[in-house]
Amino acid sequence: MKYLKVYLKDYKRDSILAPLFKMLEAMFDLLVPVVVAHIINVGIVNQDRGDILMCCGILVLMAIVGLCCSFTAQYFAARAAIGSATGLRHMLFAHIQKLGFSEMDTIGSSTLITRMTSDINQVQNGLNLFLRLFLRSPFIVFGAMVMAFTINVRLALIFVVTIPVLSVIIFGLMGLTSPLYKKVQGKLDVITGNARENLSGVRVIRAFGREKEESEKFSQANHELVKEQLFVGRISALMNPLTYSVVNIGIIAILWAGSRSVESGVLMSGDIVALVNYMSQILVELVKLANLIVTISRAMASLGRVEQVLDTKTVMEFPESTKRGETISPNKTEEAVSFDHVSLSYAQAGEESLSDISFSVKRGETIGIIGGTGSGKSSLVHLIPRFYDATSGQIFLLGRPIQKWDREELRKKVGIVMQKVQVFSGTIRSNLLMGNEGASEEEMWQALRIAQAEEFVRKKSDGLDETVEQGGRNLSGGQRQRLTIARALVRRPEILILDDSSSALDYATDAALRKDLKSLPSDVTVFLVSQRTSSIRHADHILVLEDGKAAGWGTHEELLESCEIYREIYESQYGKGGRAV
Amino acid sequence: MKQKKTFVRVLRRIRPYSFFVILSILCGAVSVAAQLLVPIFCGDAIDYMLGIGRVDFEAIERLILSIIGVTALSAVAQWVLAACNNRVTFCVSRDLRNEAVEKIQKLPLSYLDAHPSGDLVSRIIADVDTFADGLLMGFTQFFTGILTILGSLGIMLFLNPGITAIVVLLTPLSLFVAGFIAKKTYKYFGIQAKVRGEQTALINEMVEGQKVVQAFGYEDKSLEEFDQVNERLREVSVKAVFFSSLTNPSTRLVNNIVYAGVGLASAMIAISGGITVGELSIFLSYASQYAKPFNEISGVVAEMQNALACAARIFELTDVPDEVPDREGAAEFQSKGQLSLSHVFFSYDPDRPLIEDLNLEVKQGQRIAIVGPTGCGKTTLINLLMRFYDVQEGSIKIDGKDIRDMTRHSLRQNFGMVLQDTWLKAGTIRENIAYGKPEASIEEVVEAARAAHAHSFIRRLPEGYDTVINENGGNLSQGQKQLLCIARVMLCLPPMLILDEATSNIDTRTEIRIQEAFARMMKGRTSFLVAHRLSTIREADVILVMKDGHILEKGTHESLMAEHGFYEKLYNSQFGG
Repeated sequence: MKYLKVYLKDYKRDSILAPLFKMLEAMFDLLVPVVVAHIINVGIVNQDRGDILMCCGILVLMAIVGLCCSFTAQYFAARAAIGSATGLRHMLFAHIQKLGFSEMDTIGSSTLITRMTSDINQVQNGLNLFLRLFLRSPFIVFGAMVMAFTINVRLALIFVVTIPVLSVIIFGLMGLTSPLYKKVQGKLDVITGNARENLSGVRVIRAFGREKEESEKFSQANHELVKEQLFVGRISALMNPLTYSVVNIGIIAILWAGSRSVESGVLMSGDIVALVNYMSQILVELVKLANLIVTISRAMASLGRVEQVLDTKTVMEFPESTKRGETISPNKTEEAVSFDHVSLSYAQAGEESLSDISFSVKRGETIGIIGGTGSGKSSLVHLIPRFYDATSGQIFLLGRPIQKWDREELRKKVGIVMQKVQVFSGTIRSNLLMGNEGASEEEMWQALRIAQAEEFVRKKSDGLDETVEQGGRNLSGGQRQRLTIARALVRRPEILILDDSSSALDYATDAALRKDLKSLPSDVTVFLVSQRTSSIRHADHILVLEDGKAAGWGTHEELLESCEIYREIYESQYGKGGRAV
Repeated sequence: MKQKKTFVRVLRRIRPYSFFVILSILCGAVSVAAQLLVPIFCGDAIDYMLGIGRVDFEAIERLILSIIGVTALSAVAQWVLAACNNRVTFCVSRDLRNEAVEKIQKLPLSYLDAHPSGDLVSRIIADVDTFADGLLMGFTQFFTGILTILGSLGIMLFLNPGITAIVVLLTPLSLFVAGFIAKKTYKYFGIQAKVRGEQTALINEMVEGQKVVQAFGYEDKSLEEFDQVNERLREVSVKAVFFSSLTNPSTRLVNNIVYAGVGLASAMIAISGGITVGELSIFLSYASQYAKPFNEISGVVAEMQNALACAARIFELTDVPDEVPDREGAAEFQSKGQLSLSHVFFSYDPDRPLIEDLNLEVKQGQRIAIVGPTGCGKTTLINLLMRFYDVQEGSIKIDGKDIRDMTRHSLRQNFGMVLQDTWLKAGTIRENIAYGKPEASIEEVVEAARAAHAHSFIRRLPEGYDTVINENGGNLSQGQKQLLCIARVMLCLPPMLILDEATSNIDTRTEIRIQEAFARMMKGRTSFLVAHRLSTIREADVILVMKDGHILEKGTHESLMAEHGFYEKLYNSQFGG
């Protein structure tokens, strides 16, 4: 609740007025039976047509005033609910921008997206309904009882008994069925998974000729689902008949006790009509209340999930600013990046992903990093722009400890092309400018040229202004990847990291890219991560990783001599008789 | 028109449950009738309480007994009604789902490849759910709603036609108001849906790409963009939600006016003795009850239309023609491993010819390596061999027999297939390895796992062979999954193999193990290998060089290098450095 409150506070007036007006409307609803009783007891009995006309006029008037109240209430409720949800959404989005990589890994982007969309919508609906109904329904229920008391205390006792009995039935059944509905949901998840499996594995299923068994298995799970559905259905189907019976018993009690009161002259028949009306009103409102509670508990669950994300604080802190204060002259240090006994273990992972890595790289050098999956290549390069903090050891960037850099400055120095290709909807230009807002036309073309993307961009009818659809759907995998390389180049970073960035490129393009990267200014340090020896063999130094440990450091030739793992990788790709250069 | 057709088809699915439908209709009628009677009994009872000393207790007691009887009857009928409706709805949706999944097993691969599986899953799950909701609502509310309206009308007419006229004349007003607001709201909801869609797209993109956003210091810009859409959404949502929430109060206003009108008219008539006070109360309770189903029914109709739309989407799936059935007299077949392709033509898209006039002779035990850049159509060949797709011209023969003359089942039994896309079932490791031979003993399973070099890692898992892996083996590494897939084929060990070498996802050590497992499997078996590794390629008896779906060259490593063609270029760019 604490985060929602922040924004609900801005709508304090609305969120107080909405339920108040709703209550006002309810009051008119409660008065109707009284007016009707008056018509019967006074108007008809006294044969007073004027009185009857006036009473009906009052009914119409009340209906109109009630409508106005209701409109006002709906308006304020909508404003408050939507306004607060909008605020909450803003807060969540801003919060996500600040999360560190490690928190994002833990939460996962699909979770974040559901929180942003459907969960906040649930909160909005719940809040809206809550503001409108949470006072109204109880007000009518108890109001009806109070009105009954004003008519006759003895008969009102019937209400005192009926209301709790109805509540027990409604809320009891709800409490009984809600875990069962969860079970149904579980069974539904099973058949969803089953159906998905059948589709994704269609080739294997057919290859092994298991179509019939798979259908049978699905049908079995499906049967389980239906069994569960029918069971819950039978229980929740009790709700209507039970409440209906209770209300009718209440009415019978009113008739029975009422007839005695009429006989003794305490009450008139109009009063009985009023009491019967109140009894029916109670049922309607209690059912509404029950539905309200379902919606609200769902909304509360959603709110809880949203707040869970908001409660996740990033563990990484950056210094305020390093722009002023100590500036580093480019000549001061020759060292671009150095790792000093660096280890890294991810949150929630048992084993270390990197252990005890040390190396040092001079400005302008090209470093190749090679190793199998899970050997820690990406982890290592992700430490350089400080996406994660090393668990132990120290990383220096341009001679300064990495924690001393402020976020903006650091990310400006380091350009990274990530393994997962990600372009954004907009134009080719807007994607390039993302890296560097001030880039000139010439700079963009130059970046495209090095990234081997010039040709395909030139071929597009709108050139740089060619539309990029969401996820880059209208570009091929290779084109997307080259665009992300260009995006990093436009930034003119001092340290450029290509994390397995040529996976979607064919061999010739990959080679051309590597050649053109040499035309970058001589002080740009390049890290090339790859699984293939051909991509990195010409690097100044090659770091071989195996299970997070450094297994070799040197040039291609040196490593072929000294590093068994490197040789193994090389031979698995080239064969034992592979051409030696 | 289409809707009507769908409706008829839905009715046909319901037919097997006619008994429950009839019972449901009967119970609906009973419960509505009983519910309508209660206000009458109430009214009558009130008429027996005229004042001091003028109360007819005997008559009232009789009426109370009637109310009890009617209530009990109605309660039972209501419960049976709901139970019947549940049964019909859930059983019909169960049947639809079973039918859809059975259909999937028979659909041609071309259909499945062309349709994203997410869409098909949503048809089988979400659409059937919506359909069931609509059907249930229709059953529960539509019929009883109509009965309630007709019943109330009839009783009111019987009591006093004049007052009934007021009710009947005024109610359309309520429908009109509701319709008017609905139309207005519809517009705003349309805009809201559009803006919300925009926002969701933005959220998807930015959150998915969050790491890039941060790497490029784009956070502020991205928040700015988001806030813009967020604000627009707020504005339109307030309107949409506000207008839509007007429907209920507005119809309530009309109902209240009807109520006042009925009150006025019946009171005036009561003065002149035309009706009794009890009858007046009956009228009032009908006046408020009678209009309610109208509002509900309009909702139900919308819901049912939605349900029909969903049903249509499901039927669309079940209507797709099955893949061509096995030929008449297609036989079971046990191959020795000799295979020939002659003059094979095939393409997915008639405008883009793919495989043209492919000829290939494979002797028993030969190794065929298929090489080429990514996306060159290597999988097409696998598709044809396994008859996931059929050749369009020419023929594929195994041991001299056309593969279309054998059952698909037995053809596929002759092939062992390991794909790069390592599909595993949710279930235990043992079930997965024994997938092609469920009756295999645990010894056989372990033996296969040993042969596939998978035994050592399986042993280290918490429950060994009984370890449950989740859907698509999420808790195993890529390499481990591949080893399991190999073990799965190892257990059946058919005479021919189709192997897709993994490219990049596997570390060197596991890779070497997989190589060994592959080699062991291939010994003496005809095998087709989608190859990436030089060693595999060089050891092949025949190399097929593919590009853009065409087979460019064919031969051994030496003969192809001597040709100085595409193969040489490919080889040099890949392995030359």
